[in-house]
Amino acid sequence: MKIMLFAPEMTLLLGGLALFLLSIGKNTARLARPLALAVALATFAASLYSLRSEGFLFFDSYKIDLFSQVLKLIISGGLACVLLFGKELKDIAEEIRPEYYMFLCLSTLGLIMLVSSVELVTLFIALELSSYSLYLLVPMREERPGLRMQMESAIKYILFGVVATAVMLFGMSYLYGLTGTTYFSGLIPALRTMMDSPAALAGIAMVMGGFFFKLAVFPFHFWVPDVYQGASNETTAFISSVPKVAAVAMLIRIAAMATSEGHHLTSMLAIFAVLSMFYGNLVALVQTDIKRMLGFSGIAHAGYVLLGIVTLQEVGYATSLYYITGYLAMNVAGFLVICTVSQNGENLQISDLSGLHKRSPLMAFTLAVSMFALAGLPPFAGFMGKFMLLTGAYKAGYLPLVIIAAVNTAISIYYYLSVVRVTYAAGGEKSDAINASASAKALSVGLVLLILALGLAPDMLMRLATDAVKSIL
Amino acid sequence: MDFLMLNSSGFPILSTLIFLPLAGALALLAIPGANAQRYWTLLVTGVTAAISLPLYSGFDTSTAKYQFCEHIPWISSLDINYTLGIDGISLLLVLLTTLFMPLCVLGSWKYIETRVREFMICLLLMETSMLGVFMALDFVLFYILWEAMLIPMYLLIAVWGGPRKVYASIKFFLYTLAGSVLLLVAIIALYMSQGTFSIPALMGQNYSPTFQLMVFLAFFLAFAIKVPMFPFHTWLPAAHVEAPTAGSVILASVLLKMGTYGFLRFCLPITPEATHVVLPYVQWLSVAGILYGGFTALAQQDMKKLIAYSSVGHMGFVTLGIFVLNQRGIEGAILQMINHGITTGALFFCVGMMYERTHSRELATAAGVGKFMPIYVTFLAFFSLSSLAFPGTNSFVGEFLILAGSFADNKILTAFAIPGAILAAAYMFRFVQRVIWGGTDNPDHKGLMDLNLREIITLAPLLVGVFWLGLAPEPVMNVMQASVANVLKQVGTASGGVVAVTSLMP
Repeated sequence: MKIMLFAPEMTLLLGGLALFLLSIGKNTARLARPLALAVALATFAASLYSLRSEGFLFFDSYKIDLFSQVLKLIISGGLACVLLFGKELKDIAEEIRPEYYMFLCLSTLGLIMLVSSVELVTLFIALELSSYSLYLLVPMREERPGLRMQMESAIKYILFGVVATAVMLFGMSYLYGLTGTTYFSGLIPALRTMMDSPAALAGIAMVMGGFFFKLAVFPFHFWVPDVYQGASNETTAFISSVPKVAAVAMLIRIAAMATSEGHHLTSMLAIFAVLSMFYGNLVALVQTDIKRMLGFSGIAHAGYVLLGIVTLQEVGYATSLYYITGYLAMNVAGFLVICTVSQNGENLQISDLSGLHKRSPLMAFTLAVSMFALAGLPPFAGFMGKFMLLTGAYKAGYLPLVIIAAVNTAISIYYYLSVVRVTYAAGGEKSDAINASASAKALSVGLVLLILALGLAPDMLMRLATDAVKSIL
Repeated sequence: MDFLMLNSSGFPILSTLIFLPLAGALALLAIPGANAQRYWTLLVTGVTAAISLPLYSGFDTSTAKYQFCEHIPWISSLDINYTLGIDGISLLLVLLTTLFMPLCVLGSWKYIETRVREFMICLLLMETSMLGVFMALDFVLFYILWEAMLIPMYLLIAVWGGPRKVYASIKFFLYTLAGSVLLLVAIIALYMSQGTFSIPALMGQNYSPTFQLMVFLAFFLAFAIKVPMFPFHTWLPAAHVEAPTAGSVILASVLLKMGTYGFLRFCLPITPEATHVVLPYVQWLSVAGILYGGFTALAQQDMKKLIAYSSVGHMGFVTLGIFVLNQRGIEGAILQMINHGITTGALFFCVGMMYERTHSRELATAAGVGKFMPIYVTFLAFFSLSSLAFPGTNSFVGEFLILAGSFADNKILTAFAIPGAILAAAYMFRFVQRVIWGGTDNPDHKGLMDLNLREIITLAPLLVGVFWLGLAPEPVMNVMQASVANVLKQVGTASGGVVAVTSLMP
């Protein structure tokens, strides 16, 4: 049954259609969230069901393999987590909520189609489907008096996004011009023999640019702080985690076109990694808005992830996948707390978290775990991921990169620690207890356990990631 | 794997020691009532201490191999194993940790009144990670526990600490973390060079001198900050002063020993040539620490700060003993690690008891309590004597061995270290004089209660330790001999230049 290969995508597509129907009906807003959640969980189940299936669809431009299915599982899991945050969106007008969920589902659809695309045009369409939905999600936020930041953010996001897309298209034209094909199966062997050709390296680098934008790698990071700040908390939670997983997956697919003879490409990746780490960590040190801080921290983490890709080796790719999955869990846990603490969906200053341990011990604990994990402390997932990334990079001969990454860990601890400090500080004038919904509580316990499990028993995910990466090389 | 003696008794005693406090911490989540939580933690730490005693009686002192070992594959993709084992060096530190923890619970019985459950969980997590650090024979396992320990310790200071707890806790965290990030790089480098994370397997390999020096420096930074050696000591007074009593005690008694343990376990056996290269610098840094700690302690008005700076001096003796690289020096250093744990821990308990009564750590506020608290000052006097290495107390034996070892190595160096012992007498006598008798302007101490039974029970075992180790240190010395000789063999043979070791042995 070929249709079964398409099951996760089909679920999301039908779910999106159902949400569209809801959006044109009347008084249907409260149905939207359960429906979206059901769609997300069904997609997760469908991905799990089709985990080991393989095959080609749509004239071989769409490939179902372990790599794509693992990523679909992670991405749909991420969507489900974001939807479990609370009972209702706090910051989005009721009449547009069905649309909001529809675009969220469509964006995820774009992402899970992206990871299966093995042809440049298909890849482009999938990427744009996910991007345009996101562009629309950013301005969907209640207007506050004197504050229309979301509009500015949306404009910035779309402008930078379009430029990144243009760079990527330009790169694709090079690849097509050099090889005469748009299929990865033809591109990879052809390009691997052209590693001394500047045009091939420039083409690969520019195609990567489109995903650097998604992953927020320096110098494609300019949108990050403003979009994080302007978009509503739930939207930011999604933008900051789920698309990054797909971006790493696609960077791996594209990196597979290069070999280690392409010195210029690897040095470019290494330089971007170093700049992302330093830029992200140093700027995050002085942030007062927690979402902006997490935005800059995300840039730094993108730099860490590149440590795995720069090796151009199977182990490095697998570690990158592991790391970004861990990052998804840690980041979503952090945003879960932000969304729960934020009463009406307003932006939180770091100082607003003071005394959180009294208002909600569970949320404070979740936030502390998330911060310590992001900082890369054992026994959490962040440490194990960073450790394996460093091991891989050292093995590939990037000792300076390893030392710089280690030094960056020491820099970053300060701002993560200041969040924990504020959370557990005695002060805080707000003393009203926070009513976290049951789903948020369950999710926070689940995420803490997941972060711990990934840190203490990374073997299972690593094996899965290694098998997945093997299936595309 | 011939360096491991696997535990064949069927009872995984080391794992039990590690996981029992962890399980106790999880169980605490379900126990209501502050008092029940205190008793529960006391029970868990007490049982852990009791379980740890057979380690001593079952220990084979004739071999330098690691004993009671457990070996389970953990992360197969990177060949990381869960390997535990102890030798003569770590055995004493394990016992020190397990035996101290019940006292820490007793010592914070009244001191901690808010969030008792969380406090006790932090204490138990500390115990798990500290024991793990001393037992781990796999580098990744070691590093995970080494770093993970920062979190509960940070919380102990940041949540239950004094007025400047924010500053102190962040400084502590940043210093120790910054020190150990390069340790991770060194671990990876060693793994790439030998293909294993097993600590014993990494010892005695032929690394190139440059590689050794790099690895040594990465190790050194991490451990020197932890000890702390001059000039990396500035986090210590801040952390000690602001931490709650139990935090200070753990910090002084166990945490600082991790640094010196690291020197003995990693620096000397893994990078012997580099050790010989940097030896003079480390020795002089130790002497600088001894003198600096002594002079600074002399000027303190805050009792906790005084003891904190005295720790810098005492730990200077320990690193000196380690880096003179002979049997006497290292045995003295290990003994001094234990002694410092007992004595300084006891002194922090004493200061904490005074703080519970007067809510001040100032020497001036505590001046002249001798008349009102006779039992208290008796304990205090004996611990102070031990701290200044008075003959008959434990520290005398340790310091004497260290100085004897150092004299055999370098007489000028020793001549500079000896004034440290005199300084110790000066600041400790000043401290004792002020607390017991004070001057003509003592504050009014009427109504000050002397120690109660709980506090006496907390301090009494430590006093026994002071005299036991002072008068009959043989049981402790016997345990470590084989392991120390083995370390010396590992560090000596690699260079070929050091022959003094054998000529010194009796």
